[in-house]
Amino acid sequence: MEAVAIRSTASSEPPLMGGGSQPALQSQPAGGRTHRWLRLHRAEFRATLIGLVSLAVFVALWQYLTANRITLYVRFLNIPTPVDVLGRAVIALHNPVFGDHVLISCRRILLGFLLAGGIAVPFGLLMGRYRILREIAFPICEVLRPIPAIAWVPMAIMLWPTNEGSIVFITFLGSFFPILINTLQGMASVDPVLVRAARCLGAREAAVFREVYLPASLPQIFTGLTVGMGVAWVSLIAAEMISGQFGIGYFTWEAYSLVQYSDIALGMITIGLLGLASSFAIRIVGRLVMPWVAPR
Amino acid sequence: MAEKSRGLIEVRDFCLRYETMEGAVEAVSNVSLTVQPGEFVSIIGPSGCGKSTLLNALAGFLKPSSGRVTVDGETISGPSADRGMIFQQYSLFPWMTVRENVEFGLKMRGIRRGERERQARTLLGLAGLTPFEDYYPDRLSGGMKQRVGIVRALATGPRILLLDEPFGALDAQTRLIMQQILTNMWQRLKISVLFVTHDLDEAIFLSDRVYVMTARPGSIKAEIVVPLQRPRQPAMTLSSEFLGLRRGLMSLIREESIRAMGGEVSAEAMKGLAIDLEGQDLAALL
Ligand SMILES: Nc1ncnc2c1ncn2[C@@H]1O[C@H](COP(=O)(O)OP(=O)(O)OP(=O)(O)O)[C@@H](O)[C@H]1O
Ligand SMILES: [Mg+2]
Repeated sequence: MEAVAIRSTASSEPPLMGGGSQPALQSQPAGGRTHRWLRLHRAEFRATLIGLVSLAVFVALWQYLTANRITLYVRFLNIPTPVDVLGRAVIALHNPVFGDHVLISCRRILLGFLLAGGIAVPFGLLMGRYRILREIAFPICEVLRPIPAIAWVPMAIMLWPTNEGSIVFITFLGSFFPILINTLQGMASVDPVLVRAARCLGAREAAVFREVYLPASLPQIFTGLTVGMGVAWVSLIAAEMISGQFGIGYFTWEAYSLVQYSDIALGMITIGLLGLASSFAIRIVGRLVMPWVAPR
Repeated sequence: MAEKSRGLIEVRDFCLRYETMEGAVEAVSNVSLTVQPGEFVSIIGPSGCGKSTLLNALAGFLKPSSGRVTVDGETISGPSADRGMIFQQYSLFPWMTVRENVEFGLKMRGIRRGERERQARTLLGLAGLTPFEDYYPDRLSGGMKQRVGIVRALATGPRILLLDEPFGALDAQTRLIMQQILTNMWQRLKISVLFVTHDLDEAIFLSDRVYVMTARPGSIKAEIVVPLQRPRQPAMTLSSEFLGLRRGLMSLIREESIRAMGGEVSAEAMKGLAIDLEGQDLAALL
């Protein structure tokens, strides 16, 4: 059977291939597109549903513990209920000052994070490619890396003429190292066979860098960006709480000083949502930049 | 031939030593071989005998420790699109679609996008890959990946094609089909092919000549001419001529493969092994 199939390609000249080719493509049932879509996305529906339920349970539990002022060693006495927080949120959304706090924090994150990415990624790529750069920069990085960004606060205040400058600097520092380290790791794990394949096809140094090392490192770079964004928020909030005027971290801390307990929770939830939104944004960009990586 | 030679491979007294912590390891020792322009030549030998090393030197990734490696009289100084290579591992760029992979070599040559696309489409059509041109490689089967790899290597019009056990990871059926595709492309393009394999049948079926290498440090143990007429058909693998060649090759390789496998095994045990293997398919063990 098989011998016959091969003989037919051997004797007839034009088609260079023999094997069966297009199976999956033509077998699409006409009307079943929505059905198919539903079937392929079943897992996502399930995850969303369960996620919503678990969030609802969390809020319900919170409401129960706080409304009944439960005290089980941990004291829920002064903790605001979700309903209180929602009330404050409605008020805050009508108050332009709250919006300003959020916008200022976002601006700081954006500046610090973009600076970090804009420097750490190219720097990491070059360090990954050229050993001499690695040898020079690595020791410095290794010493600076373990220092948490918050520990830089006093130094940052001395270094920068404005408060704004020092907060952006702290945010920058927080995200710089995760991005750098991941970029380096991405470069180190580039499959050498792909580099050799490119060179066999006529690629020179610059082309190998652009066409192989860069795209091969992208998934790891995006991991670095995601982690870096998380650390940027941590650093920003800490910096705002310590030295800030304005910003959502400052808002949260000030709420405590002013005995506005609901605002504390509101600030925290806002920070959580902003962090969520920013890592989501990075994921979206990642998908656009790396269409070959299966979404997961 | 009086025409300008295209794809004459000459290897003379080629030696290659790897420097390691334990000192220099001689991987290939005094190999001399020739591939005439347009010839299909296979290299067969036990695992670790230096086949990949030899191919890597021909591709331009390794410098000979001594001896000479030339193509059309020119000493190889580095990798070049003149010498296409198919690696033992899959090596398509995962971030490029099938068509972009095929276009890559043309892009490196500075050919414009439109022209590039046109040429890549033509080649993919010839290889029956048109329905998959927008796929990313991780959606392709192993056989299809190697098929794209071959098309990609041929797209720049190399003088020679080096293949390092390209079908080693494929099942028997796919292997047969790939062999047929490779033969067709080779006949059509008239380029020189140096093909490394573990598989006796594959070597005989595809080649004009077969070099047999010794266990490490690899050198040429024998050279066998395959007089089978072309076009070759799978049925030929059952002909007495084919089987005779196969028997000859197998006995040449037997000692080497046992030597490669049983470096530390006593002579007594090796004798037992040799008896056990008598009459069995040694190719599976190579
Ligand atoms: N970078 C290296 N450093 C030291 N020794 C090496 C290196 N690369 C290969 N060798 C050794 O050189 C010998 C030849 O290796 P090579 O990969 O060329 O063998 P091969 O014939 O292709 O084997 P296989 O059939 O298993 O692919 C092996 O014994 C291997 O251990
Ligand atoms: Mg090998």
